[in-house]
Amino acid sequence: MSSVALGRKAEPLYALVAQFDSVEAIRQAAERTRQAGYTRTDAYTPFPVEGLDEDLGLRPTNLGWVVLVVGLLAGLGGFFMQWWAATSYYPINVGGRPLNSWPNWIIIMYEITILSAGLTAGIGMILRNGLPRPYNSIFNTPGFEQASRDKFFLAIEATDPRFDLDQTRAFLEALGPERVSEVEP
Amino acid sequence: MAVTSGKAARPGFKETNRVIVPGQSYGEIDDRVLTPVLVGVEKTPLWWWIGFGISGALLVMYLVSIVKLITTGIGIFGNNIPVAWGMPIVNFVWWIGIGHAGTLISAALLLFRQPWRTTVNRFAEAMTIFAVVCAGLYPILHLGRPWVFYWLVPYPNTFGLFPQFRSPLDWDLFAIGTYFTISLVFWFIGLIPDLATLRDNAPTKFQRLLYGVLSLGWTGSTRAWQRYQRAYLLLAALSFPLVLSVHSTIAMDFAVAQLPGWNNTIMPPYFVAGAVFAGFAMVLILAVPLRKALKLEHLITMRHLDNSAKLMLATGMIVVYGYFIEIFIAWYSGVEAERYMIWNRMFGDHALFFWALILCNFVAIQPLWFRRVRQSPWVLFFISIIVSIGMWLERFVIFIVSLTKDFLLSSWGDYVSTFWDWSLFIGSLGLFGTLFFLFIRLLPTIATAETKETAFHDREHGSDAFEKIRMDYYHAEETA
Repeated sequence: MSSVALGRKAEPLYALVAQFDSVEAIRQAAERTRQAGYTRTDAYTPFPVEGLDEDLGLRPTNLGWVVLVVGLLAGLGGFFMQWWAATSYYPINVGGRPLNSWPNWIIIMYEITILSAGLTAGIGMILRNGLPRPYNSIFNTPGFEQASRDKFFLAIEATDPRFDLDQTRAFLEALGPERVSEVEP
Repeated sequence: MAVTSGKAARPGFKETNRVIVPGQSYGEIDDRVLTPVLVGVEKTPLWWWIGFGISGALLVMYLVSIVKLITTGIGIFGNNIPVAWGMPIVNFVWWIGIGHAGTLISAALLLFRQPWRTTVNRFAEAMTIFAVVCAGLYPILHLGRPWVFYWLVPYPNTFGLFPQFRSPLDWDLFAIGTYFTISLVFWFIGLIPDLATLRDNAPTKFQRLLYGVLSLGWTGSTRAWQRYQRAYLLLAALSFPLVLSVHSTIAMDFAVAQLPGWNNTIMPPYFVAGAVFAGFAMVLILAVPLRKALKLEHLITMRHLDNSAKLMLATGMIVVYGYFIEIFIAWYSGVEAERYMIWNRMFGDHALFFWALILCNFVAIQPLWFRRVRQSPWVLFFISIIVSIGMWLERFVIFIVSLTKDFLLSSWGDYVSTFWDWSLFIGSLGLFGTLFFLFIRLLPTIATAETKETAFHDREHGSDAFEKIRMDYYHAEETA
C-alpha cells in the first residue's frame, strides 16, 4: 500500500506510450506534453511530421556544421595530398611544365570533398541516432509495428523528473489517444 | 498487415495527372508497395521468373566473357591502333550516362521541391547504382591487368609510387568512385524507414530478421527523423553537383585529347545533357512495365511519365544543339582535320551510324511535343528504346569514328568489333537486369514513408483542401 501512496514509481518501467490516429492528434498531444513540462519525451511516426520537433521542444540538429567542417578539411587535405605528391614526393617533369600544376587537381579535390561530406552526412546521421541498435525498449509497446505504417505514438519516459505513473497516465488519457500502454524496459 | 490480394488498381481505374491518386490511406500505400515484396516464394509472378531467368542467363555470358578476357587479355576485343579505345569505352560511357537521371530525380528535384519525384526516386536511384556498377567494371576490365586497378588509388606503398593526378584516367576513378559511393549512401538512407516498415509487416521470421537487420533498429522517433531529414537534404545538395560533374569529368577524358572530334570545349555540357537524356529514356523503359506489372498506377501516374518525357525532350534538344555546334565549330575553326572529321562522320565509311543517330536522337523524339504522345505509356516506352540505341550510336560515332581517321593518312585505320565485344556488352545488360529484378522482388520499389508524407500534404494542402478553405472563408464572409 505504501508504494501506492508514494506514487507507484518503484516498478521497473520504460515509459508510458500513447497511441494516436492522425498527424493533427500527435502534434496537439506533443505540444501539450511540452507545455506540461515533460522533457524526456519522444514521438514515433511513420513519416517525418513537419513541426513535430518544435512541438516537442527539440533543438535543431548540428549535423550540417559537422558535414561542412569535414568537407572543407577533406577538400584541403585532398588538394595538399596532390600538391605534395606532385611537387616533392614523386615529381614528374612533363616538357618543363611547372610541377605545381594546381588546375589539374581541382577535380580530385572536389570529388574528395563530396565523398567525405556525403559519408559524414550519411554515417553521421546513423551513428548520432544511436543506430544500429537491435534492441530498443520502445519496441515492447503493444501495436508498435503500426508506428511504421499509419499510427503515431507519444512516449513519456519513466526517467522524466515529472513522471508519475498515475498522474502521467491521466494526463495522456486526457489527450484523447486510442490507447495508453505501460512499456517495460 | 494482411498480405492479401495484389490487386491494387480498382476495376475501372482512371488514369490521373496528379502526383498520386488522391484519397489513399497510409495503409493502402504500404499494401500496394510492400505486398509484392512480402509474398512467399511460391507466389512470385511468372513474369518475374522469366525476366530474372533471361537476365541470369545473360549474366552467365558476362562472367564467361570476363574469364575469357582475364585469361587471354584485351586482344579478344576489336581495339587496336588507331582505334585503341573501342567498344568497352562506348559501353562504359553509355552505362554511366544512364545513371544520371536517377541522381537528377533524387537530388535535383528534391532541392527544387518537385513533389512528383517522390514515387519515382527509389527505383531511379536503384537504376543509377546498377548502371554505375555496369559502367565502373568496364574501365577496370579494359585496363589489361584488372587485378591491379587499385594502383590508381593514392595509398602509401612499397614501390614509392603515386598516381599521376594530372591524368584524366585518375580523375575518372575519383569521379566514378565518389558517384557510386554517394549514390549508394543516398539510396540506403532513403531505404531505412521502408526497411523498418517491411520488418514490422513481415509475415515470416526470416523476413523479420532480414529486414530487421537491414533497418538497423529504426523506430521513427522524432529525434531520428530530424537528423534523417537534415542528412537527406545534405546528401541531395552534395549529389546535385555530381549530376553535372561526373559526366563532365568523363567528357574531359576526350576533350583534353587533341584528336579532331574529341578536342571540343562543348564536350562537358553536351555529355551531361546526353546523360540525362539517356537516363530518362531508361527511367521510362523501366517505369512503364513496372507500374503495370506491380500495379502501381495509383502512385506512378501519368504526371510522372509526362514530366519524364518533357525532360527527355528538353535534354534531347540540347544534345541536338550539340550536334549542330560540333558541325559549325568544325567549319568555323578552319582546321582541315576538323572539317574532314565531320565529313567523314556524315559521308565516310560509318555514315550509316551518324544518320541512324540523327534519326534516333532527333527525329524520334519530336512526337514528344504532343501531350497525347507523352500520355501514351507504350509509345513512350518505344521512343525510349530508340533513344537508348541512339545514345549508344552517338558514343560510337564520337569515339570510334573519330579515332579511325585522324591527322595523318599513314595512321588511318578501321575498326571491327568482335564476338567478345558484344558478349561483354549484352552480358552487362544481364548484370543490370539481374540486379534490377532482385531489387523489385526484395526491396520496396517506391519510397513509402515519403509517399505517405506526400499523401498527407496532398490531403491537407492539395487543391481540394485549398478549395475547401476558400469556400469556408467565402461563406464566413457572406454571413458576417
